[in-house]
Amino acid sequence: MPSSTRAYGRLARVADLVTHWEGTPEASFWRRAAGNRNVLLGATITLMVLGLGTLSFVWTPHDILDQNIPNRLKPPVFLGGEWGHILGTDQLGRDLLSMVMVGARASIGVAVVALVIGMGIGVPLGCAAAASGRWVSEPIMRLSDFIFAFPSLLLALLLTAAFGFNVWNAMLAIGIFNIPVFARISYGAALAIWQREFVMAARAAGKGSVRISAEHIIPNIANLLIVQGTIQFSLGIIIEAGLSYVGVGTQPPMSSWGRMLAESQTLVSLAPHLALVPGFAIVVTVLGLNLLGDGLRDLLDPRVARTQRTG
Amino acid sequence: MKKLILVSLSAALAATCATAAFAAGHTKTGVSIGLQLEPPHLDPTAGAAGAIDDVTYANVFEGLTRINQNGEVLPALATSWDISEDGLTYVFDLAEGVTFHDGTSFDAEDAKFSLERILAEDSENAQKALYAAIESVEATNATTLTVTLDKPDGKLLFSLGWGDAVMVAPESADDNKANPVGTGPFKFAEWTKGSSLTLEKNAEYWSDDVALESATFRFISDPAAAFNAMMSGDLDAFPNFPAPENIIQFEADPRFEVVIGSTEGETILSTNNAKPPFDNVKVRQAMAHAINRQSIIDGAMFGYGTPIGTHFAPHHPAYKDLTGAYEYDVEKARALLAEAGFPDGFEATIKLPPPAYARRGGEIIAGDLRKIGIDLQIIPVEWNVWLPEVFKAKDYDLTIVSHTEPLDIGIYARDDYYFQFDNDEFDALIEQVNAEADPDKANELYAQAQQILSDNAVNGFLFQLAKHGVWNKDLEGMWENAPIQGVDLTGVSWAQ
Amino acid sequence: MITYVLRRLGFALATLVFASILIFAVTEILPGDAAQISLGVNATDETLAAKRRDLGLDRSAHERYTSWMTGFVTGDLGRSYTYDVPVTELIGGRIWISLPLALLSLALSTAIAIPVGVLAASRRGSMVDSGIMGLTQLGIAIPNFWLALMLVVLFALTWRILPAGGFPGWDEGFWPAFRALILPSVALALPQASILARVMRSSLIETMGEDYMRTARAKGLPQRAVLWRHGVRNALIPVVTIMGLQFAFLIAGTIIIENIFYIPGLGSLVFNAIRQSDLITVQSVVLMLVASVIFINLLVDIAYAIVDPRIRTARARG
Repeated sequence: MPSSTRAYGRLARVADLVTHWEGTPEASFWRRAAGNRNVLLGATITLMVLGLGTLSFVWTPHDILDQNIPNRLKPPVFLGGEWGHILGTDQLGRDLLSMVMVGARASIGVAVVALVIGMGIGVPLGCAAAASGRWVSEPIMRLSDFIFAFPSLLLALLLTAAFGFNVWNAMLAIGIFNIPVFARISYGAALAIWQREFVMAARAAGKGSVRISAEHIIPNIANLLIVQGTIQFSLGIIIEAGLSYVGVGTQPPMSSWGRMLAESQTLVSLAPHLALVPGFAIVVTVLGLNLLGDGLRDLLDPRVARTQRTG
Repeated sequence: MKKLILVSLSAALAATCATAAFAAGHTKTGVSIGLQLEPPHLDPTAGAAGAIDDVTYANVFEGLTRINQNGEVLPALATSWDISEDGLTYVFDLAEGVTFHDGTSFDAEDAKFSLERILAEDSENAQKALYAAIESVEATNATTLTVTLDKPDGKLLFSLGWGDAVMVAPESADDNKANPVGTGPFKFAEWTKGSSLTLEKNAEYWSDDVALESATFRFISDPAAAFNAMMSGDLDAFPNFPAPENIIQFEADPRFEVVIGSTEGETILSTNNAKPPFDNVKVRQAMAHAINRQSIIDGAMFGYGTPIGTHFAPHHPAYKDLTGAYEYDVEKARALLAEAGFPDGFEATIKLPPPAYARRGGEIIAGDLRKIGIDLQIIPVEWNVWLPEVFKAKDYDLTIVSHTEPLDIGIYARDDYYFQFDNDEFDALIEQVNAEADPDKANELYAQAQQILSDNAVNGFLFQLAKHGVWNKDLEGMWENAPIQGVDLTGVSWAQ
Repeated sequence: MITYVLRRLGFALATLVFASILIFAVTEILPGDAAQISLGVNATDETLAAKRRDLGLDRSAHERYTSWMTGFVTGDLGRSYTYDVPVTELIGGRIWISLPLALLSLALSTAIAIPVGVLAASRRGSMVDSGIMGLTQLGIAIPNFWLALMLVVLFALTWRILPAGGFPGWDEGFWPAFRALILPSVALALPQASILARVMRSSLIETMGEDYMRTARAKGLPQRAVLWRHGVRNALIPVVTIMGLQFAFLIAGTIIIENIFYIPGLGSLVFNAIRQSDLITVQSVVLMLVASVIFINLLVDIAYAIVDPRIRTARARG
């Protein structure tokens, strides 16, 4: 599926970086990042979405549990609606802006937990593989190949069908899919770092593999992981939307963008805003994360700097 | 409501395309019909799936009797019948010169075989219980069939009109799942699994010829896809359109005829009467007061559906209007809940099967009950989970289901039924009504039974499911109501 | 080289066996009872038991796994619990819809991505480049199912120039069948094309910086000839790799899209089979999809090794 392909495609891009990986670049990196247009735009969008989602915990324009059926399917302001419901109302008369804000929570929440699962298991696995010999690395890498052979949506469908349609199983399924991504990235990058002099020096000083991994390897591959993280984050949002769209992800009364889209399906020609608003929310958020991720990635790539100089 | 923005933008373009499509439509002799569910196989006597009947009932297979769109019993392969005084012996006169699609003839021996096949030990018939009163079946001669009962059954002629009791031939019965051979006006032609199924006119049909040369059923489970298929002209008819929210758009479109009919589907909030706190009648009554029936009909069904106050179809003569028994009153509901010992409410779950009436209705009911402190966790389930978990194992608190079988109030007398409602007075009433031959007396008993269900607030009685029929305005003869499952094409034709 | 290929093949087979066990285990946990689904709510316990015997559900898990695996090798996947026809027949009927759909979207995404990527790379830094990069960024961010929804509203409902869904079958003629695949393949292809165009662009930019390209230019070859004959051809290697990987996923990616367009392909088959507890069908279709991913991975690995001998050693490590 495209979302997974995207992972592959992007994995290839970042993986491609890995072979040239030279460790965390100079301290000016984040300063340079702050001056990059893509990074700036991406970060602004991402922070705004995160902000709206966080705000929804304490405040939304209306309560999303407040159903008001006589007041349903009201258009948003830009289609001639009233200011009381800026983005209009849905088929149960709930305020769409509030739904989108609360939906951000679910979409982001799922993506974040999936990311934590993926990183929490994938990075240690990758580092362990890099730190040990073939007998450890081969099984780990083959295992990650194995997980990769399962298209994520199919895996998620099977898991949720087996253990129940709910948001936790969706998180788990997306998280499992994230594991090999991080295992591969951290393995490749960590291998490169292990060849560096300072690691050799640390080893000569008698530090163990675990300690070296924690003190030298992970800090040096952190930037790379952050970049991959933003990409997996955006993927998580798309997969969550897909799962909720087919009805196996977030469940009512919680709102999520995918669920809102699913509910809009039969109403789209009657009330187009029901499909436009959550669709737009997904596109903008994913766009923001991708701009951020790609911008950071380019800044990390020494070859981009080189081609910029020579090209 | 706001004008359909996208649609009006390009009305001109659409109009040109539409005219072109309709010019071709007039010479049509075939019809393309949308169904939400695909049949698993095509033997109506060996499976519960209603979709089997949608395709085959009255089209491919015929029974001794048939049901028309108003729920009346008409002669079919049995052209007439005599019932003995005691109601225990039925003598059927069978039609002559009837052949099955494979050329073999139909006679009383086939009828005897068909009925005995239903009653057999290893029968796969889903409605076996309906015919339980039959003691023996005899083929008196080639065109006379005698059916003997061990107790009177006022509903037998109706039950014989169901798809589950159609006539099959001993030679072909075992293959009917894949290659149905009946006596009907249409023959099975082709089935592309997951997509469509085609029937062709039976040139050797024994009775009046049908107008259509062929019919194609297309299986579209997704309501949005169903809407798209109708709107784009891919389908001529959707006998029971799955998304009521789209009806207004079909009504606004001059290409379509929209007919809202009745079904036998009592849509109810099924409640586990044996499970605390739902075993407390006060809790159930509190819920009945807290549920705003009209807002469920408006919200989940976009206004289509008739409120019910008991488990009975409003169009039936025995129906008793009890919708006023528990008026919508949140304060009263709270008071009742407090009396029951739950002043702060409680937590429970609601398992919702896939149809929109359940998923959307459940969301609205959860909102209603939250107002009196009952916090429902919504658990969506597919039918393959609902059946074993809710229906079989009775592992549930609440669920929403439409009970679509006609005149099925008797299920409340079955103590092992998933409502787990146990009431001796009610059981006795049902036993009495089953043996009652006089319709007026039977209706009186039905009314008493309805009152008991209402008094005990056994389930949340929500609404009678409407049948949203949508078809091309030139298509005539489609069923308005759905007294039983089936899409009867025998009277369907294109306007000249 | 031969040992490398053999080793890869061995891994692929092992992965496949492992996958089959996992798939079998998961389908064992799936709730639901095929016999109950088929016989309905009023079935008695005896008829249910008879039906289960009929379907072979009374055998032990071990027996069923073994017979499934033997069947997979001999080409007999058993009979669908729901339809009561051979699973191979179900798959056979649908693969000729899913495969063309996947091929069409692949062709479409390539046809869009390569020229667009080349254009962006050859005008690097210009307004055209930024415009294309912006659009592809947007293309990646659009979920395919949302795109599908919008395409249907516009092309099928508003303008009525393409069917909203369904598939008439190839025997209805090429054109009607092809028409039915246009919107679904566009919905699948546009996000793919966005990714491919970006890969194409960056790959070409990198290639253009290589020494041999400079030599070609120095030889006085025309700019366009350099770009297409040397640049694009070499830059295509990573693009083809990504395409190979995409293809396997495309087949599976049709799950949502096939449902939106009610196309009777493998995706909608597996989706509905899960809902109907038709586990024997679920198992085989999922394993087939997984096998196709493994197979394409294998091909890509081997192709890589042929193109670049260093990989044989390097990739063996990761």
